[in-house]
Amino acid sequence: MSFMKTIAAGTMATLLATASYADCGIESGSIRILSNDFGALHAMVEKARECETDSVTIEHNATTEHRDLQVAALTANPAEYTSAVVANSSIVPLMNEGLIRPLDDLVAKYGQDLQPQQLITIDGQVMAIAFMANAQHLYYRSDVLEQVGLDVPTTYEEVVAAAQAIRDAGIMENPFAMNTMTGWNLGEEFVNMYLGHGGQFFEPGTAQVSINNEQGVAALNMLKQLVDLSDPDFLTFDSNATAAEWESGNLALATMWGSRGGPILDDEGSTEEIVSSTVLTGAPTVGGGDTPASTLWWDGFTISANISDEDAEATFAALVHGLSPEMVAENNDLAVWLLDGFEPGPAAAGVAATAQSGARPYPMLPFMGLLHTALGNELSDFLQGNESAEQALSDVEAAYTAAAREQGFL
Amino acid sequence: MPHRTFFWFMFPSLLAMILFIALPIGSVMTQSLFVKHDQVTIVTENCGPFGCQEEVVVDVEATRALQEADPLGRFNGFGTYTDRNHLAFAEVSEAWNTTESWSEFGSFLMNLPFYRALAFTLSYTAIVTPFVIVLGLAIALGVNSLPRIVKGPTIFISLLPMIVTPLIGGLVLFWMVDADGILGAALQNIFDDPRLSVKASAPLTWLMLFIYGIWHSAPFAFVVFYAGLQTVPSETLEAAQIDGANRWQRIRYVTIPYMMPLVVFVILIQLMDNFRVFEPIVAFSAQANASSLSTFIYDDLRGDTALFGSAAATSMMTIVGVCILLSPVLLRTWRDFNRKRA
Repeated sequence: MSFMKTIAAGTMATLLATASYADCGIESGSIRILSNDFGALHAMVEKARECETDSVTIEHNATTEHRDLQVAALTANPAEYTSAVVANSSIVPLMNEGLIRPLDDLVAKYGQDLQPQQLITIDGQVMAIAFMANAQHLYYRSDVLEQVGLDVPTTYEEVVAAAQAIRDAGIMENPFAMNTMTGWNLGEEFVNMYLGHGGQFFEPGTAQVSINNEQGVAALNMLKQLVDLSDPDFLTFDSNATAAEWESGNLALATMWGSRGGPILDDEGSTEEIVSSTVLTGAPTVGGGDTPASTLWWDGFTISANISDEDAEATFAALVHGLSPEMVAENNDLAVWLLDGFEPGPAAAGVAATAQSGARPYPMLPFMGLLHTALGNELSDFLQGNESAEQALSDVEAAYTAAAREQGFL
Repeated sequence: MPHRTFFWFMFPSLLAMILFIALPIGSVMTQSLFVKHDQVTIVTENCGPFGCQEEVVVDVEATRALQEADPLGRFNGFGTYTDRNHLAFAEVSEAWNTTESWSEFGSFLMNLPFYRALAFTLSYTAIVTPFVIVLGLAIALGVNSLPRIVKGPTIFISLLPMIVTPLIGGLVLFWMVDADGILGAALQNIFDDPRLSVKASAPLTWLMLFIYGIWHSAPFAFVVFYAGLQTVPSETLEAAQIDGANRWQRIRYVTIPYMMPLVVFVILIQLMDNFRVFEPIVAFSAQANASSLSTFIYDDLRGDTALFGSAAATSMMTIVGVCILLSPVLLRTWRDFNRKRA
């Protein structure tokens, strides 16, 4: 693997030597990037590779397991990676352990082209540079909704009614899906639905959980109604599974990530009929609330604390180069870029609409991850009809409390 | 052998065992007695693409000072073992006092994640182990009586389940029982129920995991027994035949007693393996309906926050569990050994 990388890096360097060096303003440095694995991130890193020279090397580990690697990899000194590409939840463990460095001086030196909203500031210090936004929102099939004569749903109550109408009309047996796989995905669906009902996860200013309330029960009951209209295997549905179901035409309504929009709307993996009638729109509201039942996410890059200043500078400059307007122009539909030159297309419509109607960002709290894990593990019993909503929520609270005690938050 | 020679003879293996088995277990044990320091938190203003918010963050410097003063963490004794996410002593004793019937108490117990994991792990071990032994022996006896020419191919095919990587084997079955898969769709047709899903029903998921476990482990038992069968003395078998014993009686009174040490060996290995059941649960995405002690540890160590103390406590209890399970077999072997010496 590293041999192949060396060859690739060598070829790249030769190509660049014969063409032209991109002017990244880096003299030397070793750039090592850890990130999740999807198209937009590859596009950014590929662009950053233009900065490679004989003395500047770039290595990229793109893996969906990045969250499990990052803390250990950045704790080492020197750190295994000079940059970890994170989202609002995965930056938290790095912050908790003090593994990433403030970027204010680097922003001043290299960040002239960054937009002010890209700077993630925590306690007055820039800790990450965001470059794309993401959110879960509604996907619908306009042709199927036409067949049953219904408008585009704007609340989850209407989603339930529409899905029921589609089932009753015999068009599809299980017309709805969302990412309800036991674990992280299921936890995320509850977070969305609970925030849509206006819930608070913790007693303000403390790590004391408080979700066993009216909003919690209402959120669970809505999830139950939705999964009753989903395929009975819903507890195994992750993002890949729902996207595949959508592309194979088994679904008419789904709550999926905005970042799936590009691949679903392209001309691969599905039929013309499905793609041409697929529309992305904002996340519905729920329970009479006025904020969408969804959370806003950003993806951004951080720079490790345990590396030399030289490598930190090289990494920052290369990644900023990776976010240049040419990259956005070449990959416009891969993501909802927070960058100069981005023109929102149909694939970005859902995230844009969700953000505009005031969805809240996913909470960046140090103990949110523990609650998310507890939610993901304890809610499936309720959704399968084995216990009451109150019991499920009290199980979540108990599991969270034990974990938070062990972790030193309570 | 003089004690001195024996010691030097054993020294390399002893050293390896201490380095690679005893020390790691000791360190895990130590880890399980500690929990993290109190995290010092402060409220700050955080800004990003979606506006600014007052949020709690960890005060890294203050927390680090605490950690450096006492790197192992806070001593918690057996607190992690008895908390709600493990043995849950407080919750169980309360349920014991408040519930009125055994079934109510049982369903309360099954609501606690550790007992749920333990229940599946024990059921899996108790059901898969005997089936693997019986099936392995049956296949071995069957293959042994085949004509020489078809023996080779039959052995190869019988070994396939063991050759296939557990995760891949699990995924193959996972897709077959999917609602759109060949087995899942067939079941829906047979029972005429379009909402029937193997993956959604706890009993069917358990059954599927048991069947997978038996399918995967039977070849191991078969190979061991088949090798053993080659050493059964033909004179004794012929003598039994002359005495008028039929095929079943020869297996029951000659082959099986002769193979007993091997059976004990396979039982030991299978008990240990099955108690640590892990891959099929991950491959089948079955966490909603079945969790084992191993998946419990795995969940603790993954994700944004790794709970090392919790994982260490579950690991120690897994070791204790394996010891309890193995003790009857080991005791019996020890007694046989002593009897032979006497």
